[in-house]
Order: sequence, then structure tokens, then C-alpha cells
Amino acid sequence: MKVRVLSQWPPGHVRTPGYLRGKVGTIERSVGTFNNPEQNAYRLTPTKNRLLRVRFRMSEVWGPRAENPDDVVEAEIYEHWLEPLNAS
Amino acid sequence: MPHDHHEPLSPSGHPYRADDDRDLTYWQVMEIAVRELLIEKGHVSATQIQDQINTMDARSPANGARLVAKAWTDPAFKYALIEDASQASREMGFDIGPMHLIALENTEKVHNVIVCTLCSCYPRNLLGLPPDWYKSRAYRSRAVVEPRKVLSEFGLEFNQKIQIRVHDSTADMRYIILPYQPAESVGLSEAELANWVTRDSMIGVGLPRPPA
Amino acid sequence: MGGDPAGKIDHEQHDFALWEKRVDALLVISSSAGLMNTDSLRRVLEDMGEETYENMSYYERWISSICQNMIEVGAFSTLELATKMEIIKSRGATYGDAS
Repeated sequence: MKVRVLSQWPPGHVRTPGYLRGKVGTIERSVGTFNNPEQNAYRLTPTKNRLLRVRFRMSEVWGPRAENPDDVVEAEIYEHWLEPLNAS
Repeated sequence: MPHDHHEPLSPSGHPYRADDDRDLTYWQVMEIAVRELLIEKGHVSATQIQDQINTMDARSPANGARLVAKAWTDPAFKYALIEDASQASREMGFDIGPMHLIALENTEKVHNVIVCTLCSCYPRNLLGLPPDWYKSRAYRSRAVVEPRKVLSEFGLEFNQKIQIRVHDSTADMRYIILPYQPAESVGLSEAELANWVTRDSMIGVGLPRPPA
Repeated sequence: MGGDPAGKIDHEQHDFALWEKRVDALLVISSSAGLMNTDSLRRVLEDMGEETYENMSYYERWISSICQNMIEVGAFSTLELATKMEIIKSRGATYGDAS
């Protein structure tokens, strides 16, 4: 499934790396639910959020800077940072 | 702090860090204060701290090397490791605490490499503390954008037909790489094979090699 | 950080000093005691700003964050901390003497 990482830049602690925000990738696997780090960081009672491993092509992330467009970077992204894209 | 070249080396061959015999720093004073206050208030005990240090000191890449060697010689274990690396590690007797571990297999066509761009996440419950370079800005900044160049600085060159997969440990999972077994090591015993598995090969910046 | 320009990777390795191992242990134990967590450690590290990467070492940043977390959670007060730090400084000139 294709997803896009939200392009949001809130202040405070988030676990979504800046270089992946706004980028499109595919879900590699779901790894379960974990304490939401955005609440955990402030010692609030955290909700359990789904965590997904998303695979991005280097060409998507870096454009012409990519060493090899077919290399990939994979990262764990919380579901609330992902928007599904319609399969095409 | 730059180290001059006349400093004595520790038994492991690394320079000692500034410690007991140097001038006390502000941050060392803070460490002592935090530790003593937490003990006085009953939040932690001195024994707990020493036990934790001993536990960390006992963890080393040799643990991961045993896991890899078993996977190379036991297809059922390899399958279990790829399916659920935390469970497979526990079944081998490693105390990995609450760590969620994923094993990534290198093949003839895929080479995996691990980084944590946000901080310094590392499978420390299995491999011990991360090397200094793993925590450096240079590695964390560059590994995701120019992994081939980074790997070449570690002495690894891959042709463009091999896919490089960079894994950024952004959240709750930790990673260990199951290196591709060198052809010349096939047939060796599990114990012999463990000596081929280096720390760097389990991070993805090295390859297994014959013991020195 | 990810993707930012950066120089060659320095492969020099150091052994950890006792005080650094103690900082590491303090994080693990205060986390399992429910006083803080990995995200609250990181939140303070991030709030400390980029320049601390240049002028503080790894475990200096960690103890600073752990200390801040302990004050926030009420494990001890800032005044208790200040008093304790003065006592420790008066014990001697080296870490060995003071700890």
C-alpha cells in the first residue's frame, strides 16, 4: 500500500524524520502498536498507536541527489503521520 | 577533547577517557548529584546501578555473532530469526529485555545497513553499546543520503546491481543484520563461524571475515 | 540531521569512563522505575538545541536531560540539586575524590 508522510513541522518531540516528510513510500510491514512518543515525551498517558515500516525509493527522497534511484531507505513511521494514497 | 598520542592505551587498545584522575567537570558533578539524590530518596539503589553497569559490560557483539552463526547453520532457526528476532534471541538464552528486534538478511542482491538519524538507537541489549562513529553526526547525516559513499569509507564497494537498503531506526524497533555467509566459510562449525562475524557486519558497514 | 551535509566519519573509538557508564545506567533504571522514558530523554536533548552537539559530549547531554527529567517529575527539587552539587564539589578536585 502506498502512503504519503505528512508534511507537518510542529515544534516539540516527534519521531518522524524531517527528510521523509511529504515523501511517498510503500508499507513494508506493520510492527504493532506502541506508546505515542509525542505524548510519552511529555510524560502524558500515551495512546497506543500503530507503527509501520515504510520503504522509500532513494529517488523519491533525494531526487537527482540519489546515488542509485533503486536503493531504498526504510523507517518506522506512526500511522497518524501517514496518509493513504489510492492504489494506481 | 583531542587525545595526544602519548596516552596509555587500555587493554582493549583504545585510549582511556578522562575519568577519575582528571579535574572534576560540571557534568560529572551533576551525575554524582543525580545518582546520590535518587538513592537517598529511595528511587534507585546503588546495587541496581552497579548491577546495570555489569549487565551492560557483559553484552558484546559476541552475542550477535552467535545468533548469526546459528542462523547460517540451522535453516529452521534462520527462519525463526527472520520471522521474530526478539523471540529467537530469547530462545537462544539472550536476555534482551523488552527490546523489539528485527533481523534483516543480506543476500547476493540486497545489502542492508542500519542507522539512527534521530538519535543513537542500537540493539544494545544484544550487541552492547554502539561504537562512537555510529553516534556521530557524520554517520547519522550521511548514511541515508549517500550510503554507498559511506560504505566505501568503511572499505565496502557494491556494484549498482546490488540494492542498498538503509534502515533508519526511527522509533521502537532495533535491527541486526544477518550477513551473507562467505562461500569459503561453508561447512565450518557454528562455533568457528561465530568468529567470522564482526560487529560491523551486523550493522551493515562490514562483511564477515576469517578470524585473525 | 538525516541528509544534512557532513564530513568524513571518524573511526576513533574510546572506552567508556565510569561516570559515563553510570549515566547510562541511571537512564535505564530511572526509566524502569517509571520516572522517565526514552522519548522524554530525547525531547529534552532536542530542546537543548543543535549547538550542544558541538560543545557537549554524548553523556554530558544525557545527564543534563536525565537531570531535567528528574526535576520535572519531582524526584528532587532544584534547590536540593544545587545544595548537593556544592557538597560534591567540596569533596575534592577529581571524579575519584568526589564520587
